[in-house]
Amino acid sequence: MSTLHTVNKSPFATGSLASCLAHCKDGDAVLMIEDGVYGGLSGTAVADLVQQKTGSVAIYVLSADSEARGLAAEKLLQGIKGVDYDGFVDLVADHDRTQSWL
Amino acid sequence: MSEIKKFLYVNRKAPYGTIYALESLEVVLIGAAFEQDVSLAFLDDGVFQLTKGQSTDGIGIKNFSPTYRALGDYEVTKLYVEQESLDERGLTLDDLQAVVYEDEDDDWEEKPSIRVVNRAEMADLMADQDVVLSF
Repeated sequence: MSTLHTVNKSPFATGSLASCLAHCKDGDAVLMIEDGVYGGLSGTAVADLVQQKTGSVAIYVLSADSEARGLAAEKLLQGIKGVDYDGFVDLVADHDRTQSWL
Repeated sequence: MSEIKKFLYVNRKAPYGTIYALESLEVVLIGAAFEQDVSLAFLDDGVFQLTKGQSTDGIGIKNFSPTYRALGDYEVTKLYVEQESLDERGLTLDDLQAVVYEDEDDDWEEKPSIRVVNRAEMADLMADQDVVLSF
């Protein structure tokens, strides 16, 4: 029984990503979409928080959103995977529930 | 009758700056007609929705805080409030309005609807749902 969490706000604008990471369980997945993809960047104030979770939680960015914002793959934190829209659908189908962190 | 599902409404926004809190409350009231197993979660700025003493006369917006006290009549009786979110905002349970329901299984005794839980318990609650609706 696992949850897919989506985060669509920049971690520098709201506490949504931090709250999501504080409430998700081992084995869950977090998908960063829209401005949420900035949470996947390395070298930021939240990078450590995100990196700490990559061992127990699968973390993804929606590639269309990260590419739209010019985030090169090598600028993303180690262990974060890019997914396309089909991959997004698969993630939804593979988890028991989806929780949006608005 | 179809299977009863566990629904959690997650409230993370303060009440008047955006429409989320009011929209959540309206969806909860509408959803109550479907007789599901409903819980509400209040965390982050969502805890501000339940504070006492709201008075919106000066901002021209309806004060919907009394409506939380009517939820018991719709058999919505589980309002989970996160302790850490209260602490971060300098709030205690005393700063929140009393919300109660009458327990039909216990001679209609009046009982508190607000249940304060810690962050780990909130995470468990979220993981235990069939459907999570976020506001």
